[in-house]
Amino acid sequence: MEHLAPIGLNHYLTISAILLGLGLFAVMTRKNAIVILMGVELILNAANINFLAFSKYNGGMEGVMFSLFVIVLAAAEAAIALAVVINIYKLFKSVDVSSIDTMKE
Amino acid sequence: MFELPSGAEIQGIIASVTASVGFFIPEIYLSVLFMLLIVIDLVAKGRKNNLLSITTLLGLAGTLFFIYQQNALPAGELFFGMYVLDKFALFFKYFFVLSGMLAVIVTMSDEQFEREVKSMGEYYALIVSMVIGMIMMASSADLLMIFLSMELVSFTAYILTGYFKRNHRSSEAALKYLVYGAVSSGLMVYGFSLIYGLTAQTNLLKISMSLAAHGYDPLVMILATLFVLAGIGYKIGAVPFHFWSPDVYEGAPTPITALLSVASKAAGVALLMRFYYIAVPHNVKSYEDILGIDWHTLLMLLSVASMIYGNVVALWQKNVKRLLAYSSIAHAGYLLLSIIVLDELGTQATLFYLLSYLLMNFGAFYVVILIANKTGSENLEDYRGLGKTMPIAGAALTVFLVSLVGLPPTVGFIGKLMIFSALLSKGSLYMWLALIGIMTSVISLYYYMLIPLNMYLRESGNGSDAKSMNPGMIAQVLMSVLMFLTIYFGLFFAPLSDFARYSSSLFGITLH
Repeated sequence: MEHLAPIGLNHYLTISAILLGLGLFAVMTRKNAIVILMGVELILNAANINFLAFSKYNGGMEGVMFSLFVIVLAAAEAAIALAVVINIYKLFKSVDVSSIDTMKE
Repeated sequence: MFELPSGAEIQGIIASVTASVGFFIPEIYLSVLFMLLIVIDLVAKGRKNNLLSITTLLGLAGTLFFIYQQNALPAGELFFGMYVLDKFALFFKYFFVLSGMLAVIVTMSDEQFEREVKSMGEYYALIVSMVIGMIMMASSADLLMIFLSMELVSFTAYILTGYFKRNHRSSEAALKYLVYGAVSSGLMVYGFSLIYGLTAQTNLLKISMSLAAHGYDPLVMILATLFVLAGIGYKIGAVPFHFWSPDVYEGAPTPITALLSVASKAAGVALLMRFYYIAVPHNVKSYEDILGIDWHTLLMLLSVASMIYGNVVALWQKNVKRLLAYSSIAHAGYLLLSIIVLDELGTQATLFYLLSYLLMNFGAFYVVILIANKTGSENLEDYRGLGKTMPIAGAALTVFLVSLVGLPPTVGFIGKLMIFSALLSKGSLYMWLALIGIMTSVISLYYYMLIPLNMYLRESGNGSDAKSMNPGMIAQVLMSVLMFLTIYFGLFFAPLSDFARYSSSLFGITLH
């Protein structure tokens, strides 16, 4: 395994960019509200990886703090989001965002 | 890798935090009010009275006193640069508390709440929490604090938008607001992480210094800029981050629509101003590389797109709330115009315009509620003949709409005048922006005036009697007060413009 480069900042950034791309892809192409929310989680975790990687390589503590707060807020957001989605399911009998469209342009 | 602080350092930190708490009294007071409201709701459960709303109103009014006391304090940083206290932040503290009070008053006269929900429960507590969030948004000076306060506002706004649980439109609005909000705040955090990577700082002032001193990679910077703008643009509802706003404004309870369109937008504007003025380095050559795209150009594009899109699409709207939603997109464009100028005059114009927007937009939504109470409809068609059956409401709505167009003798005219004169004070540089602003205002005249046209010049189909349309004494007085203020400040605008000028100093930057 000696031909592989040691893990550095770029590896973390690449992973996070891929996660961001996947998250955005999920948000844009999926119709299911819960899958869209999963995409949002991917985006937030991409940011978390960035924060942690930058924090590790420049020696500051701010990035770690930031990612802790992002995790907490992501949990809060998921709670509210699922409450809204459950309510939507009760009313519309579906969580397909394209079918939930009572207000027209 | 990280060393533990020594005992003396910890004592220093504690001393600094306790010193900062003295500058944080209005926020603490509001947090106490928030918890008090929840307790009151638990104790007085089930009783249908105005206890909660009156408590909220009095509590918010009490906050004004604490904010007034802060006028004497010097501008400075609190909590290790997380938070700032300056005249600019104070202005927005007043602004958000006032808009919270207006939202409570408007809610009290909205009969839809009685039909849709059993108890008001946590509604007022959530309004207070949204006010806290918006106040913090206007005072944050650190990426972490910006993110936290923005999420506080967003989360409460999602719940409030979907407050009518059994109502299809309200729930749908909440879902749409949530999906767009979650995505854009996620993107914004990603942008923050890139900025943190570039500068190793999270404080706005230090970011600016670091960017100016060490330079940066333009490609990463433009990415970070776009991501951050997505988050802030979503809050102020500017094109192309506006997709949520028509549906949300139409579906949400009307007082919440008013609060979102005025206060939440103002919070976004405050945040954008602080971020753009302080964190973005100005007069740095290397900033204007990659295809000539920078904050300045992007804001101009956003502003022009918002003005044109908002005003043109509003022409086809049949629902008054939806029409006002598109008009609010257009107003985001006008607000951006005066931010672009980047001087004291521009700041003053923005603040003045926000004040005038508070009066006229809350007034307009208030009348829409009163009319919906009586007719049960927000459609333009159903406004026919209301000029005769509801004379005061008709007159008031006409005044608010004239003010939204920006015609004299209303406060909206002075606001637009200040924005355009701030633009033109820079010579011919922004002439084209001012021209677009004026031309789109002319377009807006058409759709705003459709409402008075329906009210006064068209007869209603069903001959309902005039007596049933009386909206009640308190509502009429409040409506008249708002109408009077809209005209009064259009004629004697010196107090408001002096206040806006006084408030245009931000901590950490000197504007010229």
